[in-house]
Amino acid sequence: MGAALHAVSGVASSSPPGRALRLVVLLAVVGGVILPILAGLWATARAGFAILPAIGAETLSLEPWRMLAGLPGLGTSLKLTLLTGLGATALALILAGGTCAAVHGRMSIRAGGRMLTPFLAAPHAAVAIGLAFVLSPSGWIARALAPLAGWDRPPMLVTVNDPWGGALILGLLVKEVPFLLLVMLSALSQIAVARHIAVGRALGYGRGIVWVKVILPQVWPLVRLPVMVVLAYSLSVVDMALILGPSNPPTLAVMLLRLFSAPDTAMLLPASAGAVLQGGLVALSFGLLLLVERGVKRIGLWWLRRGGRGLSAEPGLWLTTGVTASVMVLGALGMLALLVWSLAWRWSWPGMLPESWSLGAWTRPGTGWGRALWHTVLLAFATTGLALALAVAWLEGEDRARMRRARWAEALIYLPLLVPQIAFLYGLNVLFLRIGISGGMAAVIWAQALFVFPYVMIALSDPWRALDPGLPRAAAALGAGPWRRLWAVKLPVLLTPLMTAAAIGVAVSVAQYLPTLFMGAGRIATLTTEAVTLASSSDRRVTGVYATLQAGLPFAAYAAAFLIPALAHRNRRGLLGGEGAP
Amino acid sequence: MTLEIAGLSVRYLNEPSLFAPLDLLVAGGEVATVMGPSGVGKSTLLDAIGGHLAAGFTMTGSVRLDGFEITHLPPEARRIGLMFQDAALFPHLSVGDNLAFGLARETRGRAARRAAVEAALEQAGLAGLYERDPATLSGGQRARAALMRTLLADPKAVLLDEPFSRLDAARRAEMRNFTFAHIRKRAIPALMVTHDPADGAATGGPVLSLGGDPAKR
Repeated sequence: MGAALHAVSGVASSSPPGRALRLVVLLAVVGGVILPILAGLWATARAGFAILPAIGAETLSLEPWRMLAGLPGLGTSLKLTLLTGLGATALALILAGGTCAAVHGRMSIRAGGRMLTPFLAAPHAAVAIGLAFVLSPSGWIARALAPLAGWDRPPMLVTVNDPWGGALILGLLVKEVPFLLLVMLSALSQIAVARHIAVGRALGYGRGIVWVKVILPQVWPLVRLPVMVVLAYSLSVVDMALILGPSNPPTLAVMLLRLFSAPDTAMLLPASAGAVLQGGLVALSFGLLLLVERGVKRIGLWWLRRGGRGLSAEPGLWLTTGVTASVMVLGALGMLALLVWSLAWRWSWPGMLPESWSLGAWTRPGTGWGRALWHTVLLAFATTGLALALAVAWLEGEDRARMRRARWAEALIYLPLLVPQIAFLYGLNVLFLRIGISGGMAAVIWAQALFVFPYVMIALSDPWRALDPGLPRAAAALGAGPWRRLWAVKLPVLLTPLMTAAAIGVAVSVAQYLPTLFMGAGRIATLTTEAVTLASSSDRRVTGVYATLQAGLPFAAYAAAFLIPALAHRNRRGLLGGEGAP
Repeated sequence: MTLEIAGLSVRYLNEPSLFAPLDLLVAGGEVATVMGPSGVGKSTLLDAIGGHLAAGFTMTGSVRLDGFEITHLPPEARRIGLMFQDAALFPHLSVGDNLAFGLARETRGRAARRAAVEAALEQAGLAGLYERDPATLSGGQRARAALMRTLLADPKAVLLDEPFSRLDAARRAEMRNFTFAHIRKRAIPALMVTHDPADGAATGGPVLSLGGDPAKR
């Protein structure tokens, strides 16, 4: 007895297959996601300093920056970009925080999640087009006001594409407030909210003040990264800005898109310089966010230490809730407007509904939407499949190594969402051209997957870790090896979150505009690229068809994500209504 | 068959060992009991023996089954069955398929495997419940199904982690007898951790107490 004393650590006893899997995942993430982004940034930056051999530019110079600075309206454009980007983010944060505080505990998280799902699923472009239909001088709002205001024709008001970017901010809010709400709700589930509120109220603070002073500061560190994603997105959004934003001058990202697609290839150089500027703008904004965070912390602590209990924050919270509800109602009206317009035949002012209906726009798939739909579905399946496989491999690798995720690994996942698309996609396309895949389906799949993977990974991580560790352990004790534990136990038990993550992947893929446009070299038409192009056209019926289809695909994916597990597990009470809130 | 533990201790990261090095020899058909207050590391001891230690835990010492050193084997290769207080039945599989998952590969052919599962269900008083959702079983039924699943894998030893603590008093005695009878019949060693003295008394085997270690207190 006691002949051999061995030291065996939990990590070292993991078998070599686990290590091989982790190596494959690491290579796939670094080679497939991180390197393309870095290489894209690098190639863009080189072009920004006049090195773009493809058009014969080979000497380092600041000429592109001089050309960029000389462009008319650049200053206004930058101001607009900051106004809409920072404004939309700040407003979304305030609205989501206030609404969270007002409704938390009064509405179940599941019910809240269900209400948010349509807004999370709808692609940005479809939301923007719908909103434009509702807000425009000939839209529902003006029609409803017409009898009161005595308008006998659409009023001459600039409501969409307004020079201050108001419509763009509103459009961004429709997408971002629900996103931040969802993120906050899931962060709140990690905090002992009820106990802290009880303690705070027992100390004499009102419910609203406890939220502001105690709960929200605990939520902030958990939502900081998603807020940065929102910030980067708002500052560099292209499709929504094309549809809702000011057009002359437009925001920086739209200006850059125009330069990148200008017939004169010399424009590629100032465009690349602008892309670098766009990246810098986002980086500066992150710095600003950290400064504001510090300032708010200092002021907040001063306020907290004063111990004031008098003021009630409740009215403010209800005001934000009211605004949030109005924003969401506008968004929902927009979705409805898409469908109504796609079915309208004659719809004259100021009727609230068309006088005659027609399926005409729907019955001609040959005119283009059939092909765009096919491309969109193909891209959605391919990118979601890739992203899901990689996410499962990553999480399984963590399980086998019995490792918690390192902070750098978490940052890698978020990287594609923090770098503005326009800052690296052009450079990436230059590289794709060099290896000869630009303009093909593979290039678009690859580029879209860069953005689908992070969302799928984020959606799957928490439910994966929440899996009862007793189940794989019991399987191991019964002799099941790691692969059998994965296929026969973990994946089936996690079917609901897997399907939810897939639905999110489909929604993200369908919504991609810039990657499809750049990597597809304009040859791969999807519902999104077509809808954005059509948005400025006069035929709302056709636009309505594209935008309805574009919004319909993610809805169908979410419906499938709900129905498939419900059917597969219809006789399994232990798996229904358990994990997997949307 | 014997389960032999020599100088086994476990610690988390650089903290002191959870308990003093443990030596134990369990003969076939015998049920040894480890008693102790909660939090002293009883379940961690079973994790170490079964190969299920979580990240950050390190063990020293050795575990031998029938004289073979198994310390370095992954859990699925150790042939050590595990019973939890919550039966840990797979929620996505029917009761019968849970047992079929456990049934050793040596039983071949669809009909033979089905028959083996049906026989085990019959023995556990679960005849005719092959297609049932495990979530609809009573606590006692669930525990019996879990025991059958463990035994069908033909383990060379069994670890029991407070297996009866979720059952009411009447079911507990019944389930105890049922479990110990099966272990004796198969003549395999078993190690049980519990904080119920009645469990230990019922085994007739050695009782060890894991009363916390001097380094910690």
